[in-house]
Amino acid sequence: MKKTSQFLPFKPNFSAILTIIMGIGLATSLLAETTFLHVSFDPTRELYEDINKSFLKSWKEKKGEEFSIQQSHGGSGKQARAVIDGLEADVVSLALSYDIDSIASKSKLIDANWQSKLPNKSTPYYSTIIFLVRKSNPKKIKDWDDIVKPGISVITPNPKTSGGARWNYLAAYGYAKRKYKSDEKATDFVKALFQNTSVLDTGARGSTTTFVNRGIGDVLITWENEAKLALDEEKRSGKNSLEVIYPSESIRAETPVAVVTKTATEKGNLEKATAYLEFLFTKEGQTIIAKHFFRPIDPKVSKSSAKDFPNIKLFSLSDLGETWDTAQKKHFADGGVFDAIYKTK
Amino acid sequence: MQIETRPYKKIHLGISLGFTVFYSSAVVIIPLFGLFYHSLGIGFTGILEVFTEERIRSALFLSFSVGLISAVLNLFIGFLFAWVLVRYQFPFKKFFDTLIDLPFTLPTAVAGIALTTIYSPTGIIGSFFDKWGIKIAYTPIGIVIALVFIGFPFVVRTVQPVIEELPKELEESARCLGATPFQTFRKVLLPELWPSLLAGTGMAFARSIGEYGSVVFISGNLPGKTEILPLLIVTKLEQYEYEKATSIALVMLLTSFLFMFLINFFQERASKKLT
Repeated sequence: MKKTSQFLPFKPNFSAILTIIMGIGLATSLLAETTFLHVSFDPTRELYEDINKSFLKSWKEKKGEEFSIQQSHGGSGKQARAVIDGLEADVVSLALSYDIDSIASKSKLIDANWQSKLPNKSTPYYSTIIFLVRKSNPKKIKDWDDIVKPGISVITPNPKTSGGARWNYLAAYGYAKRKYKSDEKATDFVKALFQNTSVLDTGARGSTTTFVNRGIGDVLITWENEAKLALDEEKRSGKNSLEVIYPSESIRAETPVAVVTKTATEKGNLEKATAYLEFLFTKEGQTIIAKHFFRPIDPKVSKSSAKDFPNIKLFSLSDLGETWDTAQKKHFADGGVFDAIYKTK
Repeated sequence: MQIETRPYKKIHLGISLGFTVFYSSAVVIIPLFGLFYHSLGIGFTGILEVFTEERIRSALFLSFSVGLISAVLNLFIGFLFAWVLVRYQFPFKKFFDTLIDLPFTLPTAVAGIALTTIYSPTGIIGSFFDKWGIKIAYTPIGIVIALVFIGFPFVVRTVQPVIEELPKELEESARCLGATPFQTFRKVLLPELWPSLLAGTGMAFARSIGEYGSVVFISGNLPGKTEILPLLIVTKLEQYEYEKATSIALVMLLTSFLFMFLINFFQERASKKLT
């Protein structure tokens, strides 16, 4: 009989152990290969493909250096969690400043004062929340008041799972609060709105599919850029079944960007990351942004693209006396207003 | 002299045992431990407190009731499929047999989107039912359909080999001794099939409770009405409430484990009775 080790019921096999160690080593070295990673939310995919092309070109002209930018897209909150949990992003661009704040406070990868490092509170573009209705508007929906009427079927994603949907919610809430000057009435307003909602998809794209392709609902509450994409898509496939409606006023949905300072420094990408985000504020960057239906902040660029962006009254979160932190706690956290809407008693 | 009875040399055992331990630690044990670790952060009372939330309780009720309904449906549907596949000859049999595995291999989100397209009020089947005022997509009925779709291969694939093994003589002798077809089925075949049917149904049920991808598209996700437990986990994560999320996951895991355990217990008892 062969002798086995005194402590182990089997003979330790060194070649097997070595193979495993080598495997792990190979995997980590592949992962560690330095690339530039931009973590963003869903509807910016096409925008940043364009931005990257222009930025890399100008970087090569200036520095004579070539590199590639990887993009990662998904729901805003999910992307923030991925960065907190160790996805090595050099820059992030998310749907709410709350998500970037969460990265800053939970992982310390981003400096707490990130919003003061770039112009316009680190927000190179913004959008607003509008309506998409069926062609020729059979239910005569003109403003927020029309969509809370009984018998109207509303489609919007779930604010609990979608950052974009929180903007939808706050747009409706803000409209009512500014009109009726009362928190209570505003709460009743969003309650009526969600009682008209028959499907709560987990993300904005899902809601668009439910409304456009499944034909459910009379009105879709959505981002301006998402609505224009849907119209574009229809035009390309030769259909014409939708119409965009601009309410009398809506929210200024600000979608900020930030350098993930710690990660970028460790990867030696800090200079590139900063230049990349600064590029968004240049005239060239702003023009590309406007082309992709996000509203540019540069007054000159927004003037030249004015026909794409009808002038409606916009209020910001601070006009409602809220910050993302207070809004999150009051409306979307457990036991908040959104939960109360669905209480049966 | 001692005779080496093992067909393999010890050195093979070393590699395979090492790999088994490594693999199960990396893929199963460590992540599960992480789950326990995370949720214990809020303590046992904290875990229970999560379930005082009305939304979570109604989701818990919904997830388990639709899981149970779909598991029972799968018991019958899966058995029927398996029976037909083993006992009958028909054209393209091999093709249909392969088709059964589709829910295993198809990304569940794809299944969910496809089912929603078919069963929504504008879809092929949904529009038919819509005329009668019956809604399928965005109601619990839709969720059950999605769960039946992802669950029935479990039943088919566990029962099929058992039916194949059943000696035809058993049935023949029962019939010769004067049993009616139904008596033959109930008294002769069913006791043989029962353990595997139970095992398949149990697996389908455990899978149903945790199913996310195919259900989120068809359910409509209305809080208190069509919101399932896995969606609430996502909701909690979205609020960076890792502990609450893992608490829900932990309760689901333990319940599923309990079901598997009970089923194994009954299965063993049923098999013992046979021999």
